Amino acid sequence: METSAAPAKFSVNVPASSSAITPGTASTLIEIENLDFYYDSKQALFDINLKLDDRRVTAFIGPSGCGKSTLLRCLNRMNDLIDGAHIKRGSLKIRGVDLHRKDVDAIELRKRVGMVFQKSNPFPKSIYENITYGLRIQGVNNKARLDEVVEKSLRGAALWDEVKDRLHESGLSLSGGQQQRLCIARTIAVEPEVILMDEPCSALDPIATAKVEELIHELKKQFTIIIVTHSMQQAARCSDKTAFFYMGKLIEYDDTRTIFMNPGNPQTEAYVSGRFG
Amino acid sequence: MKRFFDTELETFRSNLILMGETSIRQVRDAIKALVEGDVALADMVIAADDEIDNLEVKIDEEAMRYMNLRAPIATELRLVIVGMKASHDLERVGDEATSIAKRAVKLAAESPLKPYIDLPRMANIALEMLRDALDCFLNGDTEKAIAVVHRDAEVDAINKQLYRELSSFMIEKPDTISRALELMFISKSIERIADHATNIAEEMVFLAQAKDIRHREELKKSASI
Repeated sequence: METSAAPAKFSVNVPASSSAITPGTASTLIEIENLDFYYDSKQALFDINLKLDDRRVTAFIGPSGCGKSTLLRCLNRMNDLIDGAHIKRGSLKIRGVDLHRKDVDAIELRKRVGMVFQKSNPFPKSIYENITYGLRIQGVNNKARLDEVVEKSLRGAALWDEVKDRLHESGLSLSGGQQQRLCIARTIAVEPEVILMDEPCSALDPIATAKVEELIHELKKQFTIIIVTHSMQQAARCSDKTAFFYMGKLIEYDDTRTIFMNPGNPQTEAYVSGRFG
Repeated sequence: MKRFFDTELETFRSNLILMGETSIRQVRDAIKALVEGDVALADMVIAADDEIDNLEVKIDEEAMRYMNLRAPIATELRLVIVGMKASHDLERVGDEATSIAKRAVKLAAESPLKPYIDLPRMANIALEMLRDALDCFLNGDTEKAIAVVHRDAEVDAINKQLYRELSSFMIEKPDTISRALELMFISKSIERIADHATNIAEEMVFLAQAKDIRHREELKKSASI
């Protein structure tokens, strides 16, 4: 993890209101340029160039080991936690700020770029405490404020009605689908700009999956979402744009409807049609 | 990588090709029966319409099954959608051929109103259009398909010319009315066959290029590149 004596706060210019973005159009939020990424001497990403839209859902697809999760983890510097993982060339910027600049504090960055993992990982605490954990470590202790955030986050994660009467029960008492939505609620409680989702439904049944997908559709009004998925139908249903990766390279990036109706690259077509992978 | 269910798609394609070939044969035989006054051949055309109807039902069943169980994407999705639409057009072509054959039976019992020149010419164009549209299905030749779309006007023009000519017959010699009407309906049937060929050609452009050129002249031009 990057550290420095006096880390600069990762700062972003969040628009004052959603009116800052014209409906129906999308501006670039994240810009990845010429990115080469290595695990020790093994190159995992090759010259990735990608612009991701603000308040849109982008799906990363590709066979296992193609680099999609590696790229996702670059976006909140989770790879800093892996020995030998490093960027050799290129940059990742959010609103023009290079995430890997030495003065960018990774902890601050992760407040702005939240993450939901494949397996739901609620803390062994109450539902209420799961949501307020991030705020408490930021020093927020005002009960009324915390109550407000808990309700807002659980409503945002479409979980409020199911848990409002048992907020002080363990988060681990919830079903798998509810736990995953609790993790999403925990992520949005700190009001990030970007939510990274690494196969968020792979351990869920179809009903829980449908709820999370519905939630993604709602969340994109407020957040920029990047989702890694192995389900082609999920990518087709949930995302506005899709990036297809193969062996560490970005093969094709386009509107989702183009990728699934008329992909430009034969490798993309073969993958989305299930002919390889 | 070949998938265990790829044969289903091959069968689907084969059935569509078979339906196209059968439809072309039916139109050709119906016109031949008309020109040669061959009632036996006309009866064969009428009886064979069931073959086309059965293929339409089979193709629809296969398409729905494939969409339901295999969730096709990209080219495969377009193939299944286009296959269903094209089979519907081909079924209508078969109906028009049957209609021509039935009228050929009636006309064979009377003396010809005039030598059959324009109707076979018109039918040949419509058959070429059908053949070219189906060739596009086989080899993805979209230029041929676009040419089909543009040839539709030729058939329309002959149909209008025949309408005027046959109207004059009816005005001048009222005893020709029933025969002239039969020929008018046959002309209209051939014109409809050309319309279905045009639809199929447009569908084949969508299959090959994912461009929907229906009702859009500017796209028809750009798709012909």
